[in-house]
Amino acid sequence: MVLQMLVQIPLLALAGWWLAPLLTRRIVDTFSTWNRSGISGILLASLVAVVWMLPRALDAALETSWVALAKFTSVPLLVGMPLAISWPRAGFVVRGVWLVEAIAMAFRLGWLYTVSPARLCSNYLLGDQRQTGKVMLAIGVAACLLLAWKLVWGHNRIERVR
Amino acid sequence: MSVLRTLLASLLILAAGIAVLAATTDGFRAFTSETARRIDVREHPRVLPPVPLQTAQGRIIDFPALRGRWLLVDFIYTRCMTFCSVQGTEFGQLQRRLARPIEAGRVVLVSVSFDPSRDGVAQLAAYQQRSGDRGTGWLAVRPTNPSDLDTLMRVFGVTAIRDGLGGYVHNAAIAVVDPHGRLVAITDWDAPREAEHYVLRGQVQ
Repeated sequence: MVLQMLVQIPLLALAGWWLAPLLTRRIVDTFSTWNRSGISGILLASLVAVVWMLPRALDAALETSWVALAKFTSVPLLVGMPLAISWPRAGFVVRGVWLVEAIAMAFRLGWLYTVSPARLCSNYLLGDQRQTGKVMLAIGVAACLLLAWKLVWGHNRIERVR
Repeated sequence: MSVLRTLLASLLILAAGIAVLAATTDGFRAFTSETARRIDVREHPRVLPPVPLQTAQGRIIDFPALRGRWLLVDFIYTRCMTFCSVQGTEFGQLQRRLARPIEAGRVVLVSVSFDPSRDGVAQLAAYQQRSGDRGTGWLAVRPTNPSDLDTLMRVFGVTAIRDGLGGYVHNAAIAVVDPHGRLVAITDWDAPREAEHYVLRGQVQ
């Protein structure tokens, strides 16, 4: 469970992020008027990511081949790639809101997975689920610390909203 | 201009996102596959396949042969040492409480083994005996070939995974089959009253 949720899916998104520079300038420029401050792209990536956080979707990706195919295509193309294009355009507020929400999501899901007495996925053991929860809580804490460190000591590299 | 375009694009993405989420969760009702299978069964009753099943007495039967009666079906493996071992006792108790409708030939309990390679006729008989079987109205059965097992597990929506200790973890539940041979409901394995209620209420109608 840790492998699918916290390794495979993030790596698929990362693959999409790395694919983004292959898009031609023209495509990116056409979309850019529709993607001020990267808001549309970040919204798209977030909503698709939410779908792949549902326990039901994780189960279905293991049981049904077309759902697995949907995962392997949608996560790189609709999560990683839009994020890569949109994140550099996002201003301080957009990035801040997104990061706080992402951290809150890690804590919420981590807490749910750690305390739930019922198995949320039919394909994983309860022990796997608890472990996934703990890893998510750890990710939340690490992201908080990293963010706090960056805010206090990091260089303010965030450019003004375009 | 780009503000309005971005707003429009975002609203469209949001609407599409909500539509996709609604579709993948059966209208925000099912976030787990277990809930999804219960909703699906309730809304689209499934006809059971006529696969041959061997009983603990060695007879061969199938689901269509049991039509005309309500069936309460659970999936088991007789070696279970954890909570699923209680499933047998639950069925033993259900058999006692439903003695009258069973007597009248209106209800049959069926335990299907999803581990037929290890659960032979003898293991099934021993399972029933130690669960307090009273002798009538409870069939413990095993599918006789592996592809039939796959079919049954797919129709009933049963998932069994290895627990790493030589046993299985499975989404134990009680499946309710109506007299037309259709799977109409799935209830919690530890709430036999609910399953019982279905059967008794169904009889009144």
